Amino acid sequence: MFIISFMDPTFTLRNYIRIYQRPVYIMVILNTFRLSVIVTFFALILGYPIAYLLSHTRKGVAQILMIFLVLPFWTSILVRMYAWMVILGRNGIINSLLLKLGVISTPIDLLFNTFSVIVGMVHFLLPFMVFPLYSVMNGIDKSLVMAAYNLGATPFKAFLKIFFPLSLAGVGAGLLITFILAVGFFITPALLGGRRDVVISMLIENQIHVQFNWAFASSLAFVLLIFTLIIFNISSRFLGIDRIWGGKL
Amino acid sequence: MNEYPGEFVKTYDTPKISSIEILFYTFCGLIFLFLILPIFIVFPISISSSKYLEFPPRGLSLQWYRNFFGAKEWVSATLTSIQIATMTSLLASLLGIPTALALTRGKFKGTQFIYSFLLSPMILPVIVIALAVYLHFARLHLVGNVYALMLAHTVLAVPIVLITVSSSLQGFDQNLEHAAMNLGANRIKTFFKVTFPLIKPGVISGALFAFITSFDEIVIAIFLSGSQAITLPRRMWDSIHEEIDPTIAAVSSLLIFTSILLLLSVAILRRRGERIRGELENRS
Repeated sequence: MFIISFMDPTFTLRNYIRIYQRPVYIMVILNTFRLSVIVTFFALILGYPIAYLLSHTRKGVAQILMIFLVLPFWTSILVRMYAWMVILGRNGIINSLLLKLGVISTPIDLLFNTFSVIVGMVHFLLPFMVFPLYSVMNGIDKSLVMAAYNLGATPFKAFLKIFFPLSLAGVGAGLLITFILAVGFFITPALLGGRRDVVISMLIENQIHVQFNWAFASSLAFVLLIFTLIIFNISSRFLGIDRIWGGKL
Repeated sequence: MNEYPGEFVKTYDTPKISSIEILFYTFCGLIFLFLILPIFIVFPISISSSKYLEFPPRGLSLQWYRNFFGAKEWVSATLTSIQIATMTSLLASLLGIPTALALTRGKFKGTQFIYSFLLSPMILPVIVIALAVYLHFARLHLVGNVYALMLAHTVLAVPIVLITVSSSLQGFDQNLEHAAMNLGANRIKTFFKVTFPLIKPGVISGALFAFITSFDEIVIAIFLSGSQAITLPRRMWDSIHEEIDPTIAAVSSLLIFTSILLLLSVAILRRRGERIRGELENRS
């Protein structure tokens, strides 16, 4: 793939220059980046409380609650995105509910825009955020927090000064894996996105199946690959790769 | 924060905190609903009698399930997927188990590096992998070939087998292996008589996860299915693009049911694995 990206049919950098010359491709790359940042942010906001709850309940309760994360995790992405299409569509569940309640008089557009892409991606990526968070939080010695209570800290202060800093390793691992997966996302933007929600992976697919331009598709994929590897290398220096898998060798 | 012993909590158990707690639990509850509701929403639609998406459905019917089992393209796509997923799961286990064994038991330089390298398909964008295998197989005229899809899916499935098997390899007392070898068993015999029975639950869960990884895989299927090897996700992908009729809700319900079955069997396997381990510890 790497070689093809330079060959068209002889050695050339043309395909890479093309990415930089056409503003539309830069736009798509920036759009991918922006979308991934938003999605990762929301995944953290939703994932942190969940991981906290899981690590602070009895083991039996945590195992039951885990089902809520594991079942979506092992359910086909197509099924999940189809479900969101059903929920958010013009005749979908939310719209018919709001119409019946008289909140709105005409259906609102919830599907095929950036909003639906974000909802779908957060739904898909949330377990990837929670698993590393939970595994780190579970390892935190709870007696440290109790010690803070004993020394007169309010629960909020104890959380902020003791628990939160200790959980940062999990936050980092969760952010990294979520962001990396978000950057390469294809199915959700393709199904739930509108015309403006084009991401790099959709460009790649388009170049292969519609434009038949293998070389250009390869150079786009190579940019995506390098991007992913750079993020991964920078962050794993701080994190240690084994944390992401939740296991070590 | 009720899990702390009473004496710590009482002093701070003021109304203000419990209202924060209520807020916290409500927030968490909403997130759990957000996670799980979409999974169960497709079921009522799949038994609706109307052709259009309606919620709640007006009448009940099984016509969409009949549609699925009656349509040749759906059935053949399902069979193709089962075939590819079975082969992928076998191949990934055959490759993954020895590798896990080598990496956990072997004492040579670079195990950590090799492990990370082998897990890398999990973090690389699937579209990059899909494109790479597509370009490769297209030149060999293997687009639309079942075995090509199997090979590509194996790339994604090996890391999963590797993780489950190496974690179960680390989970038991290595002295059991040493004891077997002391008693005169060679390495191969030790593996089949001692190691394998102990890691069997992990091996089967790994194989099941590998199966579902391939069975649900769509991005590679979009590139490699061609017109000959249409998998079930590929058929769904086309169908979502063409017409949204509740047949796909019926398929989705069946897939969710499959996932639930799979997770149940993995949970049972895990419990069994813990029991075997517990018995061994009691004996020693």
